[in-house]
Amino acid sequence: MSALVATETADLEAPPRRRGFPGVALIRSTHGLQRAMLLSGLVVIVLFVVVAVFAPLIAPYGFNADRANGVIFGTQQPPSAAHWFGTTVGGQDVLSRVIFGARTALTVIVLAVAISLTVGAPLGVISGYVGGKVDRVLVLVTDALYAFPSLLLAIVVSIMITGGRSTPVGGIIAAALSITVVFVPQYFRVVRNQTVSVKHEPFVDAARITGAKPGRIMFRHVLPNVSQTIPVLATLNASEAILTLAGLGFLGFGIEPSAAAEWGYDLNKALSDATNGIWWTGVYPGLAIVVVVAGVTLVGESLNDILNPMLRTRGAGTTTADEQEIVLATEADATTGDHVADRAGLTDDTPTSDQEDGR
Amino acid sequence: MNVKILPRSPLVRYLLVRLALIVPTVWILVSVVFFFMRVIGDPITASQGGRLSAAQLAARRAAAGFDRPILQQYGEYLGGLLHGDFGTALTDHRKISEVLITNGAATLELTFWALIVAFVVGIPLGRLAARYRDKLPDVTIRTFAVLVYAAPVFFVGLLLKLLFSATLNWLPASGRASANVEIALNNVNPKTNVMIIDAILYGDPGYILDVLRHAILPALALGLLTAGVFIRLIRINLLETMRTDYVTAARARGVPERLVVRKHAFRNALVPVVTVMGMQIAIMLGGAILTETTFEWQGLGYVLSHYLLARDFVAVQGIVTAIAVVVAVSSFLIDVINALVDPRVRY
Amino acid sequence: MSASSATTPGTGAPMLALDHLSVTFRSDAGPVHAVREVSFDVAPGEIVAVVGESGSGKSVSSRALLGLLPGTASVGGSARMDGVELTTLGGESMRRVRGDRIAMIFQEPATSLDPVRTVGWQVMEALRSHRRMSRHAAHRRAVELLDLVGIPDPERRVHSYPHQMSGGQKQRVMIAIAISCEPELIIADEPTTALDVTVQAAILDLLRGLRDRLGTAIVLITHNMGVVADLADRVVVMYRGQVVEQAPVAQLFAAPAHPYTQRLLAAVPYLGQGRSGRPTAEPGDDSDGTGSSSGAGPGARPVQVTSAGEVSREPAPSTGTPALAVRDLVVEFPGRLGSPRVRAVDGVSLTIAPGRVLGLVGESGSGKTTVGRSVVGLVPATSGSIEVFGTDLRTASPHTLRDLRRRFGFVFQDPAASLNPRASVGACIAEPLSVHKVGTDASRHKRVAELLEAVELPAAFAKRYPHELSGGQRQRVSLARALVLGPDLLIADEPTSALDVSVQATVLHLFQELQREMGFACLFISHDLAVVDIVAHDVAVMSLGRLVEVGTTAEVLSAPQHAYTRALLAAVPVPDPAAQRERREVRAALLAAGSVSS
Repeated sequence: MSALVATETADLEAPPRRRGFPGVALIRSTHGLQRAMLLSGLVVIVLFVVVAVFAPLIAPYGFNADRANGVIFGTQQPPSAAHWFGTTVGGQDVLSRVIFGARTALTVIVLAVAISLTVGAPLGVISGYVGGKVDRVLVLVTDALYAFPSLLLAIVVSIMITGGRSTPVGGIIAAALSITVVFVPQYFRVVRNQTVSVKHEPFVDAARITGAKPGRIMFRHVLPNVSQTIPVLATLNASEAILTLAGLGFLGFGIEPSAAAEWGYDLNKALSDATNGIWWTGVYPGLAIVVVVAGVTLVGESLNDILNPMLRTRGAGTTTADEQEIVLATEADATTGDHVADRAGLTDDTPTSDQEDGR
Repeated sequence: MNVKILPRSPLVRYLLVRLALIVPTVWILVSVVFFFMRVIGDPITASQGGRLSAAQLAARRAAAGFDRPILQQYGEYLGGLLHGDFGTALTDHRKISEVLITNGAATLELTFWALIVAFVVGIPLGRLAARYRDKLPDVTIRTFAVLVYAAPVFFVGLLLKLLFSATLNWLPASGRASANVEIALNNVNPKTNVMIIDAILYGDPGYILDVLRHAILPALALGLLTAGVFIRLIRINLLETMRTDYVTAARARGVPERLVVRKHAFRNALVPVVTVMGMQIAIMLGGAILTETTFEWQGLGYVLSHYLLARDFVAVQGIVTAIAVVVAVSSFLIDVINALVDPRVRY
Repeated sequence: MSASSATTPGTGAPMLALDHLSVTFRSDAGPVHAVREVSFDVAPGEIVAVVGESGSGKSVSSRALLGLLPGTASVGGSARMDGVELTTLGGESMRRVRGDRIAMIFQEPATSLDPVRTVGWQVMEALRSHRRMSRHAAHRRAVELLDLVGIPDPERRVHSYPHQMSGGQKQRVMIAIAISCEPELIIADEPTTALDVTVQAAILDLLRGLRDRLGTAIVLITHNMGVVADLADRVVVMYRGQVVEQAPVAQLFAAPAHPYTQRLLAAVPYLGQGRSGRPTAEPGDDSDGTGSSSGAGPGARPVQVTSAGEVSREPAPSTGTPALAVRDLVVEFPGRLGSPRVRAVDGVSLTIAPGRVLGLVGESGSGKTTVGRSVVGLVPATSGSIEVFGTDLRTASPHTLRDLRRRFGFVFQDPAASLNPRASVGACIAEPLSVHKVGTDASRHKRVAELLEAVELPAAFAKRYPHELSGGQRQRVSLARALVLGPDLLIADEPTSALDVSVQATVLHLFQELQREMGFACLFISHDLAVVDIVAHDVAVMSLGRLVEVGTTAEVLSAPQHAYTRALLAAVPVPDPAAQRERREVRAALLAAGSVSS
């Protein structure tokens, strides 16, 4: 139905512009609810990054400090002027740990997404394009890994990397790598499937007929047309990375509490507090997770909403003005043709001018 | 693949091929887990290293057979799996196959309750959101879905505990039943380990109620996570199918809108939803580990996290392997359901 | 014209009256006026064709009648059916009109049937939405209806799922659903566009029969002037949302009043317009030019021609090696999940001499596209040989192959998909140059500019991106890319079938000119006999993977030897109501003689 409307009205609308700053164009292309979702998500992400980067300046105390100027904070103190979010069972300031937790989360996200992207995406393009036995084996393996509970996989990998013991230095990298192993199959699958569908597109066939070598086809023709889905995937993965990190921490497999502040670990420690009605030790780190993940998810979902229709309409037959072409091609018999051209000019201002300066 | 030996019916053929695919999937997962966990060395060193002297360690390793070539151990492990032998825990010497039966039943029970919550909450809300697209109900429901997705199960669990047990004191904060009930139900014969069935077999309504009261919070925590996914899935797919030509065609022949949605759009929207549900089972099992730890629900996840903390990697390996089998089998079952829902798969 | 006088009262009150109907869509870029003040009437039992190219608003206006437009649309003006205003009707009262009084047939039978319900279920659903009847009675009626629309073995097929039926059968089911409640009006929106010509002819016959038997009025929305000539009593021509002309069908074709209609009609390719109609073939005998069964002498050219590769052709410049020689080509695809291999091409042999254009025609599934893809190496041949300028592609070394590729060009069907959306037009055209490392950046720029000029596009287009171009412009770019290396052999796979007729006409004209100038040989693959008639010197006809007939265009199209070719030719509607009526009778005779199965 809407496909019909799209084809019937497609040539009446202005064609999408490629020029200008991409981010601004992206936000401009949204409206109403979608824009509100995207913007609020972006605000959360910016806040999150700022807090993470400037944690030492923002946090009132160190993440592992249980005293300041020789004064011990005391354990499980309710929120107060000195400790806005109270103190933990270990006597640390909750607010400081929440702030430093952002730093840990950001580091892990960036590492995990970057590593899995650089491994998964090229592997997917090559496997999807080359096909054959290698592809089949890789698909079987990644499908198996993908079907497996990601948290369990991350645990297994984290055991493997840390040798069953957390080392303070490698904690963050180990967590990032564990999450990477979970994500590589995802990037691989998405990029590979996309590659398989793109590789049969006529424009790739055209390159093949000309005699272009596989490397050129993969990275000149296929990759640029596959990469559009990657921002969406990366954002959605970022939120999953936070959740997996928190899950690892919650089960005691993340980062040692003395090495860095980690929200999941703090929530684990807060579990027994909850039974006793002590809410502040758990609620704040938990809220931090919810807010950041929700923000990132909002951006990812909006991107998906905005980018996907673009992808869909790209293939639709007529875009600008097929009829304009007719009008202009037959302009010779202008005696009567102007009658039609007039009306065409009324309906769409942009395409007309666009076309005319071309001709 | 020989054409002759395959049966005529395309559906049966499809399912047989699909069934055969379980074997490599399970094998890959088992191997990945085995080798990943052995990269760190043998389980004895991992759990006891530093606590025992080098000589003692060597003796223990030799006794458990961990000093032999890794491929030989791998072969034996695979052979054991074929006979249902998942190994024996190093710490408490329980047979893992036994752990799987008793604690597996608890996990099964939890996922069952959670699935009910997910269906009851997810499907109607998803339909509602699609119906009032971009209106207030849609915005509210979608926000809810994003929040439910963004909140880790253990945080939701913590909030539920804070609210319903610590503050309101309505529901128990942990465990599968009160201590006295649990002891009583231990003597039920036959004992299924699924607490609610045991309680029904025991026949005391008070016990049944006690078991149900314990299940509410864990089921909510785990179920809401899945409900969030269901809401988004149903909404998107329903909106997608509402735009299809056959829905327009059904409207054009005068089918009442109510029936257009129910008989055409919803039924077709279920096809991709069923597929994704297969993946959801894996996610739920992952979530179950966290939920069980939060609520001290003695399921597989709960014992797994205990073994993890005790560095008992023989037990961990056995349990993770078993979960791999469950995941592979359930994704096969999902394909069977899919073939039944979508006639196009059958041809 | 005789058809209209026979069945339509003409004078009676119109059953449907559109009066200044407008449809406007809200969009981000402001309101889009898809339909503007459209007015026309439909009399009981009349077939009115609404004709227009894409963007004319013809489909939108018909959907407005049934309230099937999305929420962003607002409808103005009026559409009255027997005094009932349709545009303001909503909810239950609109539902009662849909299917019961006005039924609709859609363009894509493949997507218009619910894939998870049996066809019988869907017919019954239509019945029970408007009539109180038992499940059993509805089922019986559904079987009757399927029988009525010509579905064989309806008792069994009523339990079939849509994917188990062919495209033509699905469209018959859609028609069965449409007539289930005996509506006064059927809106048929491009009912045959997705179908092969022979199936199209059968569906058009079915629609005509329904009107004659049930007296149902039909609004036929189409872009195909041949279909209009075949079926319509009266024609409404739409352009950019407005009605530019309406007239009885004979009058419109004989004396189109509006310049747009004139241009549209002039752009429509028809059989006999090209080489087949030229006196060289059958001097003096024009009316017979489209091939009646009796016209050609029975023993003149035996059907053995089918297997022969080299058929004698008139000017025969074949002194050197042929540009393309395909011998006994077989292409098989692996079947799914253990089912046997599918043989798409089965022993095809054909030859193209340098500078000649061979039109390869056939319906969907005939294997014609596979032949083209196999010739350029996109699909591996299972057996047989493909020689390009004397070199066998299957045994050539990679190096020779690479050099050989420089002499190829390929134009695809879908202009939207055949250009890399992430590369500028200039980069697309220059791609073969950079692949083969021909020239410097500057010389490539120059060559791109030359080619753009050759395909009649401004040089500034080199900086644009494919999505900024119209379909016709994109196909010109495609052509430029195929010709940039100055190939000796061009393979064109349905290069114009995704385009509107008037655009098609300009692209075909361009193609002919370039072919004359550059003198490349061409394998021109098409389902459209009229197009092939215009551009090809020789024609090869394929059916079910085999070549059934080869010859010069004049021979094959005006004196076809093979029964399949005759059936194919007879099924093509020509844009001339009088001629089309004659052709219909000839075709009916052919069918009755049992020489052709539809």
